[in-house]
Amino acid sequence: MTVSELANAAGLQVVSMPSPDAPVECGYAGDLLSWVMGNAQQGCAWMTIMTNRNIVAVAELIDMACIIVTEGSDIPDDVAALAKDKGINVLATELPTYEMCAKVSGLI
Amino acid sequence: MPEPLKFTYDINGENFASAGEASMQIKKELRSLGFDPQTIRRVSIAMYEGEINMVIHAGGGVAEVLVSPDNIEIILTDHGPGIPDIDLAMQEGYSTAPDAIRSIGFGAGMGLPNMKKYTDEMVIESKVQEGTKVFMRVDVK
Repeated sequence: MTVSELANAAGLQVVSMPSPDAPVECGYAGDLLSWVMGNAQQGCAWMTIMTNRNIVAVAELIDMACIIVTEGSDIPDDVAALAKDKGINVLATELPTYEMCAKVSGLI
Repeated sequence: MPEPLKFTYDINGENFASAGEASMQIKKELRSLGFDPQTIRRVSIAMYEGEINMVIHAGGGVAEVLVSPDNIEIILTDHGPGIPDIDLAMQEGYSTAPDAIRSIGFGAGMGLPNMKKYTDEMVIESKVQEGTKVFMRVDVK
């Protein structure tokens, strides 16, 4: 499933989608950035409540498929702009992380 | 044996938002040099963690990266406060990062352990009040 298909199927808000055709291969959830960097897999959809600029760097380093910001966490405009600039897909949802993970798990 | 390619980056300690720029640059360089994705991932994560450490704790520093066909060496040098107890600093979960850093998702005490995990060799030399030098080597598998 591609990021754009996932966004449609899960009813996600698109914050930044420069690579809509990136394949989503797995999922990961976590808010401690070093932990995520140490454990998340390439090609994953990453569920997090963190919204600072460093999430873009983490997604870029790991070659993630997309970030899914959960729980309605507010995404600053400069972070959205940075994500577009760096080619990082960012989606958003009001759903709690757990429910979003369950949804992604059922879809991919 | 050809001379390794050398890249040098100044890590700006004033601006946390720009932390990671050097790691992204190195990632691009290694990709264009044709290194495999796993090697690139290991180098860039180790260097990113090191960069973040230098910005959080040491007011910045210098990162040198020596690229050879068989391995990549990363040398991070700062003139920060130094690490009084390196064994303690290496323990997962041990952190001296301030609350402001924790609130943006760092400071979990995973930085140095991640750097060790992703490299084949890591040596830390540190003197309190003088600074810290971290040497890391990633072998191309």
